[in-house]
Amino acid sequence: MSVVTNTTTIGAIELPSRRNTELMLLGFAVVIPMFAYANVGLAINGKLPPGMLVYGLGLGALAGVAHLVVRRYAKYADPLLLPLATLLNGLGLVFIWRLDQSERLQNLAKRSFGAFSPSAPNQMLYTAVGIALFAAVLLLLKDHRVLQRFTYISMAGALVLLILPVIPGLGADVFGAKIWISVGGFSIQPGEFAKIVIAIFFAGYLMVKRDALALASRRFMGLYLPRGRDLGPILMIWAMSLLVLIFENDLGTSLLFFGMFVIMLYVATERTSWIVIGLLMSVGGAVVVASFASHVQARVTAWLDPFACYTTSGACEQVGQSLMSFGSGGVLGTGLGQGHSDLILFAANSDFIFSTVGEELGLAGVMAFLLIYGLIIERGVRTALAARDPFGKLFAIGLSGAFAIQIFVVAGGVMGLIPLTGMTMPFLASGGSSVLANWALIGILIRISDTARRPAPAPAPSPDSEMTQVVRPS
Amino acid sequence: MSELTLTVMRLGFLAVLWLFVIVAVQVIRSDLFGTRVTQRGSRRGGAAAGAPQQGGRQAAPPQQRQRRGAPTKLVVSEGTLTGTTVALAGQTITLGRAHDSTIVLDDDYASSRHARIYPDRDGQWIVEDLGSTNGTYLDRNRLTTPTPIPPGAPIRIGKTVIELRK
Repeated sequence: MSVVTNTTTIGAIELPSRRNTELMLLGFAVVIPMFAYANVGLAINGKLPPGMLVYGLGLGALAGVAHLVVRRYAKYADPLLLPLATLLNGLGLVFIWRLDQSERLQNLAKRSFGAFSPSAPNQMLYTAVGIALFAAVLLLLKDHRVLQRFTYISMAGALVLLILPVIPGLGADVFGAKIWISVGGFSIQPGEFAKIVIAIFFAGYLMVKRDALALASRRFMGLYLPRGRDLGPILMIWAMSLLVLIFENDLGTSLLFFGMFVIMLYVATERTSWIVIGLLMSVGGAVVVASFASHVQARVTAWLDPFACYTTSGACEQVGQSLMSFGSGGVLGTGLGQGHSDLILFAANSDFIFSTVGEELGLAGVMAFLLIYGLIIERGVRTALAARDPFGKLFAIGLSGAFAIQIFVVAGGVMGLIPLTGMTMPFLASGGSSVLANWALIGILIRISDTARRPAPAPAPSPDSEMTQVVRPS
Repeated sequence: MSELTLTVMRLGFLAVLWLFVIVAVQVIRSDLFGTRVTQRGSRRGGAAAGAPQQGGRQAAPPQQRQRRGAPTKLVVSEGTLTGTTVALAGQTITLGRAHDSTIVLDDDYASSRHARIYPDRDGQWIVEDLGSTNGTYLDRNRLTTPTPIPPGAPIRIGKTVIELRK
């Protein structure tokens, strides 16, 4: 036990729990959406919205409960994850409420469904359930390593969740994509939950197999090429995601799973070749599927030139309207409640909610939102770096990777960078499954970061000088 | 609602949003530097204040030009730490079983804060007993006052013997 260095020691800072920092940021995260709510009300009706106090108290109470649960059960967790998620969720509610006020959307709903029902109250309910799920994750999952035991069960579970929407009678074909199931009047998007479940499988599997995947390889043109048989897992995941794409018509889910696997494979093996192989495979797969699946073709056409087919195709019109809202937002935006992003009509408050951000808050607001998402991802990656066990590292990377891919795919889609895929912006978009799954995801990240940042148990009490033996000359 | 109010609210909201982002980034900053480097000598100064001392306690003088023939390292020549060397660079070296000592002695006969070795104004190295139970011996003599260390003289603390060498 002799740590003798020159004159300096490098020791970890005694980690403060940072819970008060979290509380302060949470206060911010509740006040900012209330400000936005007031702003929308003043812009649309010229007066403060009637439900403002209830809304603020509700969001504040939910955030307070979440904070107390974290304070009690995950004392050393990262202080940023909860406030960032709360802010996004709160602002999402404001945007959804704002789009509820649009007469165009109300008329559209009356024409298609016969009646208009506002989405904001439902979303508030889902948020409450989401935070309850978050608390349940922290209460029930005392140690994330328990999940390691369920490696193969979770693979089966994820497959079932992915297949459910295709089963006739259970699956509901909503607007082209078969990613919904309807159970007792509720429609659920199992893919959102599958992304967490499959992260458990990927982490547990790669933790065991990573040496074989990393070491057994030949060097060719600066790349480490894996052996043929090591390509098995990636080929299987690739085939699975292609099947999702073909049978469920959902580019987003398929991209999410394959991308997640490639990211985790890269992190587990440190081999750049996996990324190259993964990119080639996904581009190849997408091109092949796009050549015969009309659903994908329509998306690609709308991406390449939305204004050429603007009047003939609904997909083109949506993307075109979305681009125009970003354009009319400019640098500082039109102001909350004063944009015309409701012209997107269909899915304006779910897939295309980011266009409303783009129009009403402008480039400055979009950048702030992307930074907030980026910070969540950064905290996830940081958690992975700090985690001491390989399973926790891979799991945290997988979850933050999934989050990152989802944001890239949605934001890139509505901005015209990549073809639109039909996923939801986490926390922002209207939709129960998405909110629930993402709160669970944040709960798991907080659990891992609590384990990672918890200081090591105190060393044995320092030898007291009273215990020094006395030399007694005899 | 007047145009002006709405414009102020619009810009105000963006400012608040960015303020939140900046505060969040500030919180992260403290995490980026997750380790800290401690200068043992300077930290020891405060901790030693309570220990009984015979000589006037002065902070280690700033680094002086090495005199010719001055010792450059401290070597442990007997005891469990045999072979350990510490460079002498004008800083105070503390010895004892306490975790924050420069040399942590794993020795049943040593006290938590046993002795310290420091250079005086002239660059002469001085050893001082910090009121230890079993005493510090220079050559064969138990120390009672801070004493200059002649080159090559063994300093005995419990079962550990250290020397200053060039």
